Amino acid sequence: MNAPASTAAEEPLAPGTASASVPSPSAAPHAAPDLAAFRDPSRARELIAAINRTVEAAGRPINLMEVCGTHTVSIGRYGFRSVMPDGLKLLSGPGCPVCVTANADIDHAIALARMDGALIATFGDMVRVPGSTSSLAAEKAAGHDVRIVYSPLDALDLAAENPERQVIFMGVGFETTTPAIAACILEAEARDLPNFSVFSAHKMTPPALKAIADDPETRIDGFILPGHVSTITGLAPYRFLTEQYRTPGVVTGFEPVDILASVEWLCRMVARGEARIENAYQRGVSADGNPVARALVEQVFEPVDAAWRGLGTLPQSGLAIRPAFARFDAQARFEVPVEPTREPAGCRCGDVLRGALAPNRCPLFGRACTPEHPVGPCMVSTEGSCAAYFRYREEA
Amino acid sequence: MCLAVPGKITALDADAATATVNMLGVEQRASTCLIPTAQVGDYVLVHAGFGIQIVSAEEAEETLKLVADLTELVEDELPVADSDPAPASDPEPAAAGAR
Ligand code: SF4
Repeated sequence: MNAPASTAAEEPLAPGTASASVPSPSAAPHAAPDLAAFRDPSRARELIAAINRTVEAAGRPINLMEVCGTHTVSIGRYGFRSVMPDGLKLLSGPGCPVCVTANADIDHAIALARMDGALIATFGDMVRVPGSTSSLAAEKAAGHDVRIVYSPLDALDLAAENPERQVIFMGVGFETTTPAIAACILEAEARDLPNFSVFSAHKMTPPALKAIADDPETRIDGFILPGHVSTITGLAPYRFLTEQYRTPGVVTGFEPVDILASVEWLCRMVARGEARIENAYQRGVSADGNPVARALVEQVFEPVDAAWRGLGTLPQSGLAIRPAFARFDAQARFEVPVEPTREPAGCRCGDVLRGALAPNRCPLFGRACTPEHPVGPCMVSTEGSCAAYFRYREEA
Repeated sequence: MCLAVPGKITALDADAATATVNMLGVEQRASTCLIPTAQVGDYVLVHAGFGIQIVSAEEAEETLKLVADLTELVEDELPVADSDPAPASDPEPAAAGAR
């Protein structure tokens, strides 16, 4: 999520500061990947020129969507939305895990935080996101124990250190994150920790892609597919896009050259009427993904129908803890009174998440709703589309 | 959220499936249970305290070649579907170095 290390890792990457690209020495064992080449301004300029040519040759408007919150942030940081040709739109999709978490799940976590003796551990963004009438941050201010952790492993340590407390990890996130949570549950079992459990609001990416592909309002011509989700899943789960929808997708990374290469590749396929799933992030994603990680997830979790903000309930799109691990399942273990759900008045997050509304077209954007005083989750999370558009002053 | 930060493994405790990873000068502990073949000296992507992938320099090179292909093609070659000199799809990451 937004661990301090992540921010530090991303800041020095502005395109202007990248050193001139030198071809990297090839293929010594353990050679460092030449990341500077992926920040090379001249490569980026050439790609932008290529995108302009391709879109012109296509002779039709092209709508691409990125479905990863980290891509949304990269695209904002480098200002790519504003340098795309007129015929090309980059829309943001449901890529921010905190944002797609249904209010009812946030309210449930809040109810757990109010429980006597509970200690809630979760990632930073989750703490600030508003539920119907409260937030985990507000519960913390009211004296309940809510801790921000960088890794779910920290929550295991909290459980070991506080045997008299019930430590509940509020689990949000996509395929990138679920293997870590599965590993922690297995570790809790190995360490026989009686006071550790997970509230699972985890979700899977392909069902959301399917919902977007089915949406007549947005008409997406190609998907910029997530990098680190694909590190785990590989390319196979995206094949339905080409087979059922004839819509291409390109997996890519987070550097400027990665993003622009995926855009050019997608425009090119759209211009030629081709639909393939391609990988422009070979250094981070292999075609088969990470089977070790997937096996752990499979062991601990099972697919269930899940409610998404903006997309409604999508079949087999969430992950619940299997009954064999019920003692680590906060939903199964604790009966708590969850307040009736109330959506934030006037917030259009749902439409923003399906790409049907650009964030700055929400009437509250930048007026009643700012990162300092957020109305909806898309302005709270650093990866939320509204927050990214606000921070980087993006126009759409 | 799905951010993963690259770093280099500087020490490895294989029994505990834990590595010390240097990420931009900061040493952090990371579990290697999702990347059991990781070695000292490997570059890995770390997400939420877990290594999730060993990063390959060769495959970074493959992508750069692809980028060169994507920028070189001239305009009037574009809409032709059958000659397709453009990027070879998926230059076999699985065979070369997938783990
Ligand atoms: S700008 Fe604020 S109120 Fe509007 S959709 Fe975004 S988060 Fe919701």
